[in-house]
Amino acid sequence: MALRQSPLAETHATRGAKTTDFGGWEMPVEFDSIRDEHEAVRSAAGRFDVSHMGQLLVSGPDAAELTDRLVSNDVRGLARGKACYAAITDDEGVMLDDTVVYHLPEAWLEGTHLVIPNAGHDAEMADRWREYRDEWELDATVENRTDDVAMIALQGPDSLGLLASETDADPEELDFFEATVAEVAGVESLVANTGYTGEPGVEILCSRTEAETVWESLDCQPCGLGARDTLRLEMGFLLSGQDFDPAEHPRTPFETDIGFAVDLDSEFVGRDALASATDPVERLQGVRLTERGVPREGYPVTTPGGDSLGTITSGTMSPTLGEGIGLAYLPADTEPGTAVAVEIRGEGKEAVTSATPFLDR
Amino acid sequence: MSFDTPDDLRYLDTHEWVRVTDGTARIGISDFAQDELGDVVFVDLPGEGEEIAAGDSFGVVESIKAVSDLYAPVSGTVTAVNDDLESAPELLNEDPYGEGWLLAVDLADESELDDLLDADAYGDQIA
Repeated sequence: MALRQSPLAETHATRGAKTTDFGGWEMPVEFDSIRDEHEAVRSAAGRFDVSHMGQLLVSGPDAAELTDRLVSNDVRGLARGKACYAAITDDEGVMLDDTVVYHLPEAWLEGTHLVIPNAGHDAEMADRWREYRDEWELDATVENRTDDVAMIALQGPDSLGLLASETDADPEELDFFEATVAEVAGVESLVANTGYTGEPGVEILCSRTEAETVWESLDCQPCGLGARDTLRLEMGFLLSGQDFDPAEHPRTPFETDIGFAVDLDSEFVGRDALASATDPVERLQGVRLTERGVPREGYPVTTPGGDSLGTITSGTMSPTLGEGIGLAYLPADTEPGTAVAVEIRGEGKEAVTSATPFLDR
Repeated sequence: MSFDTPDDLRYLDTHEWVRVTDGTARIGISDFAQDELGDVVFVDLPGEGEEIAAGDSFGVVESIKAVSDLYAPVSGTVTAVNDDLESAPELLNEDPYGEGWLLAVDLADESELDDLLDADAYGDQIA
């Protein structure tokens, strides 16, 4: 099947991007060097094309109720212009995806709520929203606008200053997880104070046809999915399909350690199962190598003596720390700083468990 | 993009190079290989005195995004290892044919060189 293309695909090709298949999309993995891109975001600013993220617009009188009942956090309580992070769980409380839900600041593309599933999950989640709408006989329309909407993340300590010269909004005024409709380089956009790097920044959504105008106006390092991955891993942020997956790693939000995004006072699919699962046996934790090496997906984590503890789900060499870091499901009562080993090509490498984020933030 | 393929080297189709001087073969990875890998962060190499065999894996090179096996272009006994790579693996990216060399080996069988690609043939392969 042909890969889905970002509206910026040609722009990236001209810029010399290497691309990869990510959730059915052909997206830039690297423009110059993952390390350079990573460092630009930590020290200045970087721009990411994240048009592979899904965009579901939900509208109608029951838009809030429908969305509220399908995600783990409180959507009905969101004021206009506010957003929340949430898990999308099945009846058993197993995470199907994670998402950000916006109560849109004013009618933007005729929706009141915007749900952002991960790459390749947009059609599945649109179906899920419609099926439950019908089952619950709610009055809401669900539009999958993923192919019409571009999404650009601008991240880094200099990003808000850089954006200020291109927009009529005051990005410094936006609270964390707050969004506003504003012009960016003359293009009507949704500008949200959100991101996946741990740095200040925004995510900008606009029409596919105007993506290039917005992208070109943001004069900073273009960054690919490679740097996006190292940046999110340093923060311990989850990657859907990698750190959890209903088939490969069926895990609850308490196991993935995002209990903060579960509101058990909210009635949602999976809520009852989760109410009795708040104390999981295993929990996703950080692992830091104290000798040279790079933890990678699938590597066993053991006690220093070699007894099995778990498996790395994501790992990399942290460009900021200069050491190997990873995430693994380990016994939930493991204290940060516990000595463990990561088995790399048959050899146990010394490591310690770590609280996340790995960076001091 | 075009990649540097110095004429005085022989190449393996898996992107390792060998340079022979007075019976000693120095081994590394090509400019193309370092570009494909991206930022190299770790190299795992055999120690001095160990044997490597042509065509067999003798170590790994890891970039931020990938792990890649290293294959021996020739057989021989390791006489030197580039220790600088332990603290500065990025030398593989910066100077793959110079300071980013991996190993020196005492060449076991000079005729193995005939099985390798010359710069033109290797250049065609990566074109």
